[in-house]
Amino acid sequence: MSGSRVGAIVLRIFYLYRGSPQRVFPMFVWVAVDILMWGFLTRYLNSVSRSEVNFVPALLGAVLLWDFLTRVMQGVTMAFFEDVWTRNFLNIFATPLRTSEYLTGIVLVAVCTSLVSLAVMVIFARFAFGLSFLTYGTALAPFLAVLFLTGIALGVAATAISLRLGPASEWLIWPIPMILSPFAGVFYPVSVLPAWMQAIAALLPPSYVFEGMRAVVAGEPAPWGALALGGALALAYLVLACLAFMAVYRTAIRSGLIARYSAETVS
Amino acid sequence: MSAPPVLAVERLAKSFGTLQAVKGVSFHVAPGEIVGLLGPNGAGKTTTINMILGVLEPTAGRIVIQGVDLREHRSAALSGTNFAAVYAPLPGNLTVEQNLRVFGMIYDVAGLSERIDALLAAFDLAKYRRTKAGVLSSGEQTRLSLAKAMLNRPRLLLLDEPTASIDPSAARDIRAGIAGFVESGHCGVLWTSHNMFEVEAVCDRVLFLSQGEIVLEGDPKTLPGEHGAETLDDLFVTVAHEALAR
Repeated sequence: MSGSRVGAIVLRIFYLYRGSPQRVFPMFVWVAVDILMWGFLTRYLNSVSRSEVNFVPALLGAVLLWDFLTRVMQGVTMAFFEDVWTRNFLNIFATPLRTSEYLTGIVLVAVCTSLVSLAVMVIFARFAFGLSFLTYGTALAPFLAVLFLTGIALGVAATAISLRLGPASEWLIWPIPMILSPFAGVFYPVSVLPAWMQAIAALLPPSYVFEGMRAVVAGEPAPWGALALGGALALAYLVLACLAFMAVYRTAIRSGLIARYSAETVS
Repeated sequence: MSAPPVLAVERLAKSFGTLQAVKGVSFHVAPGEIVGLLGPNGAGKTTTINMILGVLEPTAGRIVIQGVDLREHRSAALSGTNFAAVYAPLPGNLTVEQNLRVFGMIYDVAGLSERIDALLAAFDLAKYRRTKAGVLSSGEQTRLSLAKAMLNRPRLLLLDEPTASIDPSAARDIRAGIAGFVESGHCGVLWTSHNMFEVEAVCDRVLFLSQGEIVLEGDPKTLPGEHGAETLDDLFVTVAHEALAR
């Protein structure tokens, strides 16, 4: 793997972000909007609820952790779509660049952009609503790791879908986190779901994170075994997503789709 | 003993379903040689170039670049290759310098800053260094694509209608620049164009492609006379009409 080639992919996105407030703005604004909306909602729920439950770490924390996953996924897909929007595939792929280097580059971009978003959400939630991520204790690290791996896996899978189906598939990509969230038990225990949804939840790494988060908030020990299972699942999905991307890329090379990407199909 | 070719294409074929776009063509490009790949629209020129660029997998045949098999060692084979095509402009949302830096890093160019400075000067782009590529005129964008194509001092240069969108004066300068680059190194060029004057001026040898097959090959200065045509343009038209009649 060439560091120079991976660096080129990262540098290209850095150049775009540096000169483009419209790309930087969404890294902050959606996070801030979610914090405001859910922060006030949790404050209201705390004021009307007679239970001992503190909704700030349970609900607002859940929103922020889900936002983190979404930001990671979008970090990958946005970097890919920059090449879609500028019709750059021929220039990019008719070079010594390997697909593994391209994927590594766009994943590194996602690491950078999601860390910025995470920092913003942690600081804003702390000062606006008193939410400290330290509430989650040592479990915070596996929470973030599982969500990060899942976000990367979703992002890579989404790029594979887009590479296969063409530029118009963009509208299929953006709602993916929204579609998954009811199954992942972001705001409620998985046990309230019907059996068929619970079966799907068991396959989703984030469901282990949110179950663990609620356990920690309730004063129970972190479910390390379940988190390890979630991590293993996320890792497996990441490997599968990368293999899917490579397979789609090979198919696109065979069919000529890379050179005629805007046509969406070569038939 | 002659130097090994920078490009050797052996029985290359590509089918899209039942359509045979390229039908087992074989040719080579020697170091320091400019080979014109000619033919009417749909003859298979761009399909051939896309296969050599590694963005389209051949149905059959073999492509060897500087002794390296493209199918087996894609990255190594393409590291000494570059291209410019009128249908592949560089990202318009990056500046001229940013584009050259990004692609210079992809090609792992040593002394990249100096190389960029030299190419900006050579292609008269220095004053556009910090201009977004998307706002350049089509001629300036062509010069930028050619500067990108020269970044890694390629041993094999693929040019698909490189002067299609620029004025005759700029086209002449660009032809001279490419010819100079070829003479100064050991670069081989595969050049497609519909401008027969240009082909005659720059190409050492031409290949006429028609319906996916090479139907004629030779020196562009003598080939018309050998086939009863007055000019290369006339020969092109004859070949295209024969292809249609088949």
